[in-house]
Amino acid sequence: MSEQPKFKVTIDNITVEVPAGTTILNAARMIGGDVTPPAMCYYSKLEGSGGKCRTCLVEVSKGSEKDPRPMPKLVASCRTTVMDGMEVKNITSEKVLDARKGVVEFLLMNHPLDCPVCDQAGECHLQDLSYEHGAATTRYEFDRRTFEKEDLGDYISLHMTRCILCYRCVYTAEQLTNQREHGVLDRGDHASISTLLGKSLDNEFIGNVIDVCPVGALTDKTFRFKNRVWFTKPVDAHRDCPTCSGKVRLWMRGDEVFRVTARKDQWGEVEEWICNDCRFHKKETKDWVIEGPSKISRHSVISQGHYVGVKKAPVLIDKVIGKDPKLLMDIHSISDVNRPEVELSKIAGPAHSDDFKNE
Amino acid sequence: MKLLLEHAHVEGIRYYDTYRKHGGYRSVEKAFKMTPEEIVEEVKKSGLRGRGGAGFPTGMKWSFLAKPEGVPRHLVCNADESEPGTFKDRYLMEFIPHLLIEGLIVSSFALGSNMTYIYIRGEYAWIVDILEQAIAEAKNNGWLGKNILNSGFDCEIYVQRGGGAYICGEETALIESLEGKRGNPRIKPPFPAIQGVWMRPTVVNNVETLAAVVPIINNGGEAYASIGVGKSTGTKLLSVCGNVKKPGIYEIDMTQSVEEFIFSDEYCGGIPNGKRLKACIPGGSSVPILPANLLLKTAKGETRTMSYESLSDGGFASGSMMGSGGFIVFDEDQCVVRHTMTLARFYNHESCGQCSPCREGTGWMYKILKNIEYGKGKMSDIDLLWDIQRKIEGNTICPLGDAAAWPVAAAIRHFRDEFEWHITNADEAQNRNYGLAHYADPIHVPAGA
Ligand SMILES: Cc1cc2nc3c(=O)[nH]c(=O)nc-3n(C[C@H](O)[C@H](O)[C@H](O)COP(=O)(O)O)c2cc1C
Ligand code: SF4
Ligand code: SF4
Ligand code: FES
Repeated sequence: MSEQPKFKVTIDNITVEVPAGTTILNAARMIGGDVTPPAMCYYSKLEGSGGKCRTCLVEVSKGSEKDPRPMPKLVASCRTTVMDGMEVKNITSEKVLDARKGVVEFLLMNHPLDCPVCDQAGECHLQDLSYEHGAATTRYEFDRRTFEKEDLGDYISLHMTRCILCYRCVYTAEQLTNQREHGVLDRGDHASISTLLGKSLDNEFIGNVIDVCPVGALTDKTFRFKNRVWFTKPVDAHRDCPTCSGKVRLWMRGDEVFRVTARKDQWGEVEEWICNDCRFHKKETKDWVIEGPSKISRHSVISQGHYVGVKKAPVLIDKVIGKDPKLLMDIHSISDVNRPEVELSKIAGPAHSDDFKNE
Repeated sequence: MKLLLEHAHVEGIRYYDTYRKHGGYRSVEKAFKMTPEEIVEEVKKSGLRGRGGAGFPTGMKWSFLAKPEGVPRHLVCNADESEPGTFKDRYLMEFIPHLLIEGLIVSSFALGSNMTYIYIRGEYAWIVDILEQAIAEAKNNGWLGKNILNSGFDCEIYVQRGGGAYICGEETALIESLEGKRGNPRIKPPFPAIQGVWMRPTVVNNVETLAAVVPIINNGGEAYASIGVGKSTGTKLLSVCGNVKKPGIYEIDMTQSVEEFIFSDEYCGGIPNGKRLKACIPGGSSVPILPANLLLKTAKGETRTMSYESLSDGGFASGSMMGSGGFIVFDEDQCVVRHTMTLARFYNHESCGQCSPCREGTGWMYKILKNIEYGKGKMSDIDLLWDIQRKIEGNTICPLGDAAAWPVAAAIRHFRDEFEWHITNADEAQNRNYGLAHYADPIHVPAGA
């Protein structure tokens, strides 16, 4: 077997060696931490995904050792492969940060921001994205876009107003099932996820579209409004399933299984696809062999301040511009229950009631 | 100077016999005595630039075509022509369809395409019939089909109707649509020259580009290159509309000054009703609009001519582009705000919706422009518009995002006072236009070039 050539790529002044053919995004994921561009549409397990949302734009300041010219435009890091000697700027580029702010604004512009009644809240990538890269206010002063309601059947609920048209669910249905029944209808800002003639989605693996959806556009009807995800406890479990690997994550409260999902990695991607039977029908503890609490590594409220396994770039601090966590709004001003003397940005991770109890 | 439209008005030129009598299909006879490489070489020598909008050198594009062993290659003719203000391909196909077919045969031979497609705008329904008849005639006379002129080369041309979307003119969206899929532009790379139709190496060229191959082969690349000026070789078709006395199709050698082109009787014949020239979009709706002063003279004070180089002189700060050759003229009665709103509506409607900046930004710009036009604008809207277009431009998958951003940028850059007047005089603006203002005054160079 011939040795795979390795390319050196430098992202925000940190150099890694990656196999030829690796994308900038995946190289950045190897470094981890803040230099990893956010990705709302790319999904490593879905062929052809990526390139659409434009949140992962980066600046290529040097094309390669051979051809050092910079690339004229920002490029989608998820769809651009590295060249040997390439130099990339992500959070060290003002241009990138500015463009990304724009993209976040575009994504949020027509978003209903109905997080209080959205089942995805707490594990929503759009929430994370806007928290990390967005502005606190919107400049959009028009009515937000609405859609006719469409019923996808008994298991999957579609809220088109929340959709960011990442196409992940389309690729999932295309690549996981033998008959894709939904797709994108119409174009431009009236494009929508839809089935032709109101068919319901019916395939034993179609439930996976819920897991790939970065927002609350596709959610689990069997879990609908049953609980907030941060009140449930993720537990890894498995069963002997004739259809899929049976390796799942149970979302429990006490002894009750509220929801079953696939296990996700630190980038929020499904590790192994699971079947509808495991997802929608096995809601009893006795259906499962419990392995233990899941390690949640995303910056989400689910882990309630206990981040496990987040890879921090070792040499990041002195090399890239530091980013203090930004607060979207000062909650002191709207609630006098809180204690204004506590400096919220100094609390590591999401604020916990303990942080306010004693000084 | 006429190369393409020389015989366009001969009675019956649409039919094979007449076309052949006027020298038709000579280039095929000549080409089949050459090697494909020699044809590509002639096209390179001719300096021909793509007439679809981007102006990319055609010979160079052809030489990029990958030629892996045993994999078919395709030539696709882009006849989707949907850019507002552009209707030159329609004219060519309607009046002298055999010229395109002839160019397609020569080009297919040069590129090794045994299956060549014409992807035509769906609304040009009647032209499909014209083309199919021309193809049938060409085939009956041995110019298409198996073993053309005993060369051993087979070629078929198929006409595919477009799905009714502007975006299907973008070459990768066109390819998707041709394959029977939703017309979403592909993410590049890979480029069509490597993986195009059915993942096979593909060249996509505009109708006019492929028609120009005929005179290039007939007269030689050098003879073609001697026409025109600088890197603007040969002749260019312009479709003129708006406030001119003689709108229509003009074939020019790109040496005329813009002033001559608009005002001389040989071309557009000037502005009707004694009105004065206010502005012009020289190359189809996507390229920057220029006020009269910057249109007729460059920022350096030189006379602007109708060539690729001169039209883009000054970059976007004070120039525009040849684009697709859709020449739109505005007289003093036209309202730039209203016009910009109309274009914003078009791009909003035509965005495929794949990437967030274009999908969301085009609609936002349209809504703001609508507010300004209908007297509900705020002064801060102008800067907001500027910021939105800036965040779309360069950040999208395909150039439609840029094409949506540029007209807004140029309108604000050159006509900001008209926008401001619309906002501060909201009521008055509902009843009258801003007028000519200083746009025709002796050149003033905008700040921040
Ligand atoms: C949104 C969009 C629409 C386009 N529409 C057309 C069109 O209708 N006709 C055309 O020839 N080129 C069109 N183009 C340009 C094509 O992508 C492509 O560059 C051209 O067909 C190449 O041909 P050429 O090299 O002969 O110019 C369009 C590009 C974009 C981005
Ligand atoms: S429904 Fe979800 S997964 Fe599907 S395109 Fe919309 S946001 Fe993406
Ligand atoms: S720029 Fe617009 S038209 Fe082009 S791919 Fe993106 S959304 Fe589609
Ligand atoms: S993740 Fe790269 S464009 Fe969406």
